[in-house]
Amino acid sequence: MRRNGALALAFHTAFVIFMLAPIAIVCWVAFTPTGFLSIPVDEFSLRWFKAIGRYPEFIDAFWNSVGLALTSSVLALAFSVPAALALARYQFRGREALTALFLSPLMIPHVVLGIAFLRFFTQIGLSGSFTGLVVSHIIVVLPFAMRLVMAATAGMDRSVEHAAISLGASDWTVFRRVTLPLILPGVLSGGVLAFIQSFDEVTMTVFVAAPGTMTLPVRMFLYIQDNIDPLVTSISACVIAITAVFLWAIDRLYGLDRLLSGHGRD
Amino acid sequence: MSFLVLEGLTKRFGELTAVDDLHLKVEQGEFISLLGPSGCGKTTTLQMIAGFVQATSGRVTLEGRDLLSVKPAQRGLGIVFQSYALFPHMTAAQNVSFGLEMQKVPKVEREQRVAEALALVGLSALADRYPRRMSGGQQQRVALARALVIRPRILLLDEPLSNLDAKLREEMQIELRQIQRTVGTTTLLVTHDQSEAMTLSDRIVVMNGGRVEQVARPHEAYEHPASPFVASFLGKTNVMAGRLTQIADGPRVAVGDGHWPLAQTSPNRWSEGQSLHVTVRPEKISFVSGPVCSLGGEVRSRIFQGNHWLFQVDTACGPMTVIRQNDGSALPLEGDRVRLGWPAQDMQLRAESSAS
Amino acid sequence: MNRQQSTALTPWLLAGPALLLFLGVVLVPLIMTGMLSFHDFSTSKGIQPVFLLKNWEEVLTDSYFHEMFARTLRVALWVTLACLVLGAPEAYVLSRMSPQWRGVFLLVILGPLLISVVARTLGWALLFGGQTGLINKALMGAGLIQSPIPFMFTETGVVIALTHVLVPFMVLSVWTALQRVDLATENAAQSLGASAFTTLRRVVLPQALPGMLSGAIIVFALAASAFATPAIIGGRRLKVASTLAYDEFLNTLNWPLGAAVAVLLLLGLTATIVGSNRLVERRWAQVFQ
Repeated sequence: MRRNGALALAFHTAFVIFMLAPIAIVCWVAFTPTGFLSIPVDEFSLRWFKAIGRYPEFIDAFWNSVGLALTSSVLALAFSVPAALALARYQFRGREALTALFLSPLMIPHVVLGIAFLRFFTQIGLSGSFTGLVVSHIIVVLPFAMRLVMAATAGMDRSVEHAAISLGASDWTVFRRVTLPLILPGVLSGGVLAFIQSFDEVTMTVFVAAPGTMTLPVRMFLYIQDNIDPLVTSISACVIAITAVFLWAIDRLYGLDRLLSGHGRD
Repeated sequence: MSFLVLEGLTKRFGELTAVDDLHLKVEQGEFISLLGPSGCGKTTTLQMIAGFVQATSGRVTLEGRDLLSVKPAQRGLGIVFQSYALFPHMTAAQNVSFGLEMQKVPKVEREQRVAEALALVGLSALADRYPRRMSGGQQQRVALARALVIRPRILLLDEPLSNLDAKLREEMQIELRQIQRTVGTTTLLVTHDQSEAMTLSDRIVVMNGGRVEQVARPHEAYEHPASPFVASFLGKTNVMAGRLTQIADGPRVAVGDGHWPLAQTSPNRWSEGQSLHVTVRPEKISFVSGPVCSLGGEVRSRIFQGNHWLFQVDTACGPMTVIRQNDGSALPLEGDRVRLGWPAQDMQLRAESSAS
Repeated sequence: MNRQQSTALTPWLLAGPALLLFLGVVLVPLIMTGMLSFHDFSTSKGIQPVFLLKNWEEVLTDSYFHEMFARTLRVALWVTLACLVLGAPEAYVLSRMSPQWRGVFLLVILGPLLISVVARTLGWALLFGGQTGLINKALMGAGLIQSPIPFMFTETGVVIALTHVLVPFMVLSVWTALQRVDLATENAAQSLGASAFTTLRRVVLPQALPGMLSGAIIVFALAASAFATPAIIGGRRLKVASTLAYDEFLNTLNWPLGAAVAVLLLLGLTATIVGSNRLVERRWAQVFQ
């Protein structure tokens, strides 16, 4: 393994500082003892963390986000797994077009999706509903789940399925007892990535969410637009902490770069 | 009637004909090898019998009943795949028990049969181990046990030993043969290794370019190859140009500076001057002293290969390969002028204009 | 190998639910949005479902919109450039690290992609503030500047913050491309007498180039359609395409006009992405395969 020279390492250090600075400062300011934004130097206080308890709209928004992310990622998987099997296993006309269609939300700006959904839901009477929100999130996170499930399916040794068939297993049994256990790591990581993407989604959700179905990122965004105060830093610090734990777990189990590039294991 | 009958089995992929009008009759309990180079259609034939590839035309009958119209899951065949295809998330015992679960065999009987199958392949101790913790040879045995435990009517083996190293492969060949004799299952093996085919089989089906070149017992195919392809694929052989000449006491075959009488088995329909392909196996050639029935040459190289010596001899007919047993007798050195002799009946003759 | 036994219908049955979902919930809404952009709007009568080119004329000819789109393009280009200059070398540095350090830093650099963009942008808002911002405080405290540099509500600030948000995509893309580079090619070059710099320039860079280009396309597309970061850092006065559409939709309530902006953004980006991809694939076909 070749070493990096001093210049390279200096650049790298500056880069890492650049990446971590905003995140670090948010966490740092969250501990400020004062009633306004300031960097705590002498005193560190938990007052702004405790203050979260007095703002039920943020706590409700948090649970909304969790419920929404859970529902949409599970449903996205339910659509993705059979579709990924079809795309990875069978050669049929329209396969490429279908793949492009399912991955298209990655290419459509979330602003456009938000507007389109808002218009659509208003016309069909789902505007402001949780169902509408779930549907919109399924669309946004599905490509992430699908890419990973497809990678897992393509990487699987097919002869194992043939072996099961030759031993008398029906198609459903082959899927349940052989295919699914073998693609499960890919399916689960697809689900995790979908969950995180849904939890963080703000641009599209800003159009589709209503006061009753507010998600945490949107609530934070709207709050920041009016004023920036330590409350939102403490909430952000909590979000960062939770995400960091997730991140570490994912990296240990799967490898973050593989997860994000959609290439799946090996 | 025969146990397994393939009639006119054909597979075309667009313009390419992978298997061309294959006919074969297999008796119950026989061990048959489909032997040939890659692309000869042997694996495709196996896949059609197994049901993973649809035949373009032809029939396959098993015990008198049509097999091709039956779904793969219901054909009741035991298959050992080239990659073994063990279920990585199941232990050896669970792998073996899978087929019995599909047959809805009750638990007690199932466990007993799994134990018997693992004992048959000598892996009782590894029943609870996962495939990734097993060596290639062990995985292969689990795959065999899994295929045999369901008491299949036919056992299909798709190059099962090709992933093993040479020594292990030889051991497994012997074991495989013993197991098959013990259990008595009709077996079809696909391989490109001619020595493997000859070791294991009751009969060999030599295939080339989708067609069957010869179906015969190993010894028969080796000694009396039906075509130049079979002659060169099974073992080594020397090919020389010869001519039919007429001498006072009968027709003779002239090869280089030597001539041989025409053996009883050669057809007499050739005329004088007929050009011939003459083939002789290297182990049938010996170093002789006289000019009768011998061909002159010079030893270019000799290589020691354990139980035999391999000679390359330059002659007027081109380079010849000679194999002599390492039995301690005196053998020529590099550069020696020698005369190569062989019995007339060990020569294969073929008219040059015939299709090869 | 495919089971020719199964009917040709099976893949369609498996992909069917997802297909119906997408047709109903992606294609239909997009078409509706397209149609909406042709409608009329007035504060008194709301949205009139007629067919007019009014909104499109306005969006394409009005200098206000030109300014907005020019700014969007400008910001996107600067961000893409910054990400290339910062992200590509970083990916290379990472690829030369020992495995355990590499793992740690990949986590540190790619991890922020999974942290809410609102939290990250908030951090920049804290760093950027006029008197209270950390950067200015530090610079003034060190005596390097007299008065605070304005970052908030400026294009520069938006570019810096967006670069931070999007550079992990560039690192990821170049990193993935570098993974495929056979280390032995670098050794081969050196054994033939090439200096470290020449090896970099003539062996590594050409192989990393596809990753840089696909990273650039991703970053450009995301920067041009960015919403939260320009909204927070740029504020209400400094609009880009996304915040413009948001404004029309949720403030002015002129949905047809907002729809026109959104559709234009979509068409412009799709054309750019598809065009760039074609260009890249044609020139670097052999590297991609």
